[in-house]
Amino acid sequence: MMRILLRLLSAIPTLFGVVLVTFLLTRVLPGDPAVFFAANPSMGADEIAALREALGFDKSLPEQFGIYLIDLAHGDLGRSVTTGLPVAEEIVRRLPASVELSVLAFVLAIGIAIPLGLAAALRPGSLIDHTARLISTLGVSVPTFVTGLLLIYVFYFRLGVSPEPIGRLDPFLFEPDRVTGLLTVDALLAGDFEIFRAALAQMLLPATTMAIFALAPLTRMTRASMLGAMGSEFIRTARASGLGRGKIIFTYAFRNALLPIITTMGMTFSYMLGANVLVERVFSWPGIGAMAMDSIMNLDYAPLQGFMLVMAGIFILVNLATDVAITLVDPRAAK
Amino acid sequence: MTNPHKPGHLAQISQLILANPMNLIGLILFGFILMIAVLGSALAPYDPLTTDSAAILQSPSAAHWFGTDQLGRDILSRTLVAARLDLMIAISAVGLSSVVGSVIGAVIGFKGGFWDGFTSRIVDVLMAFPLFVLALAMVAALGNTVINVVYATAIINLPFYIRLARSEVMVRRNIGYVEAARVGGSGDARVLFRFLLPNIASPIVIQASVNLGWAVLNAAGLSFLGLGVRPPTPEWGIMVAEGARFIASGEWWVAAFPGFALMLTVFSFNMLGDSLRDMLDPRMRT
Repeated sequence: MMRILLRLLSAIPTLFGVVLVTFLLTRVLPGDPAVFFAANPSMGADEIAALREALGFDKSLPEQFGIYLIDLAHGDLGRSVTTGLPVAEEIVRRLPASVELSVLAFVLAIGIAIPLGLAAALRPGSLIDHTARLISTLGVSVPTFVTGLLLIYVFYFRLGVSPEPIGRLDPFLFEPDRVTGLLTVDALLAGDFEIFRAALAQMLLPATTMAIFALAPLTRMTRASMLGAMGSEFIRTARASGLGRGKIIFTYAFRNALLPIITTMGMTFSYMLGANVLVERVFSWPGIGAMAMDSIMNLDYAPLQGFMLVMAGIFILVNLATDVAITLVDPRAAK
Repeated sequence: MTNPHKPGHLAQISQLILANPMNLIGLILFGFILMIAVLGSALAPYDPLTTDSAAILQSPSAAHWFGTDQLGRDILSRTLVAARLDLMIAISAVGLSSVVGSVIGAVIGFKGGFWDGFTSRIVDVLMAFPLFVLALAMVAALGNTVINVVYATAIINLPFYIRLARSEVMVRRNIGYVEAARVGGSGDARVLFRFLLPNIASPIVIQASVNLGWAVLNAAGLSFLGLGVRPPTPEWGIMVAEGARFIASGEWWVAAFPGFALMLTVFSFNMLGDSLRDMLDPRMRT
């Protein structure tokens, strides 16, 4: 418990650094947003100045940063200038879409990568080992935006088994009552299986796209770590004692091989959440990656800052979760 | 002067290449892509920028092997010509970040103290960012040009090289040959650049070769989103983005061929990275 608390405290400087860097970065973005949003030609110089004042751009940088920090402490992430909505609200609305997608992709990736890596490690140099290497190298070689388009072409245009690849739900279906914001979970809570199926079908292609890319690190780490474990002395002893193959592989070797695999899982998950900007673009997914993208294109600082902060926060939380998971699997790591 | 070790080295390397068919495939692919990057515009059957309103969105045929795009431009020619630009971006970005990153990492690992702590904290902060979005924002901030794509890609890769070089130098800081060099009268700078850096070269080279494919994906991703390279310049990411509009109506070839070129390039880089790891670092051989 103490350890977790200490870990959380040690993340504070990093979080502060992230706040500072995002702040500076968004201030060097080109264009005066006040002029940009005063695109209305009837607006005069003094109206622009008033807008600048309202947005706080007339103050010095340290002052602006101070105001930003105070706002942050109140949970105020600012307001998007394009939509006029508070950024915090926008993030709460969009984050579940990204999380739902990433979690499904993550589950898919683990479901394929771990058996594949295990099989490869148990028969090094065999056909399955080479196949695993080929699949994972290929998976990480195809850009996600190409995989996504390819899947759309095959499953939507050619075979017609996938729904139109736009957004989270067919526009003719009604969204379930919002409880968690995760459409599949909300649909189940509402007992509406049709919506559940529709939402899941909508997620399948983008999630597969992301999963294919995440296969490589997970498969490789599983293989390497499992190979190491299988070669160790306690496995030789277990073998010599005549234990069954299943018990040796899963109870002894896999459990010991699990630590680096968990670490890789954590890294892969944070990476996936951050890198799904491209996948969200291809599938018109209304997640926070798309929000960050719009924000960059529209020179709208606040949502971009919010995105970076949320991502850094998730990154730190995932690292923490990884740590806790490792301690659970291997109590020796708690020291 | 001839190096007596050379023939043995070569024989060992060729043996390693032949031992795993994957290494050979990777090497051949890499050579093939490098050749296209060098000869690209000479091989292209058409001018990559010439539009032809009579031949819009034609499927692959004898005249246009890869078909034509929405402006009637020949996709084969555009794909071939684009190779050089895509490779140049990736290679310069990786070159830049590996050199700068390993020097920074080596210096702070060697010196320790305040700057080590300070730089390591900055690296932690950088790593906590969603790196692709950071690159996006940087290109938007610095200006929408190719050279800024190179800088942005280099910056988001820096932390990995800094960490690697730092830890490799820290391990070797007090090793025998360093002490010997000190006894021989070498100063800090000489120990660092003459003795330590060459010895950490192989992990850095491995990291760089693995990184290369990633840099290609990164740059193509940026231009797919409309940052960096601008149309009508032939570049794979832009070409896929243009083709994306026609995927749902069945004109697959506009996006597929540049996408395939990207895949092949990154694949060959990744294979090459694996082979290099096999050759340079026997400890990591599995």
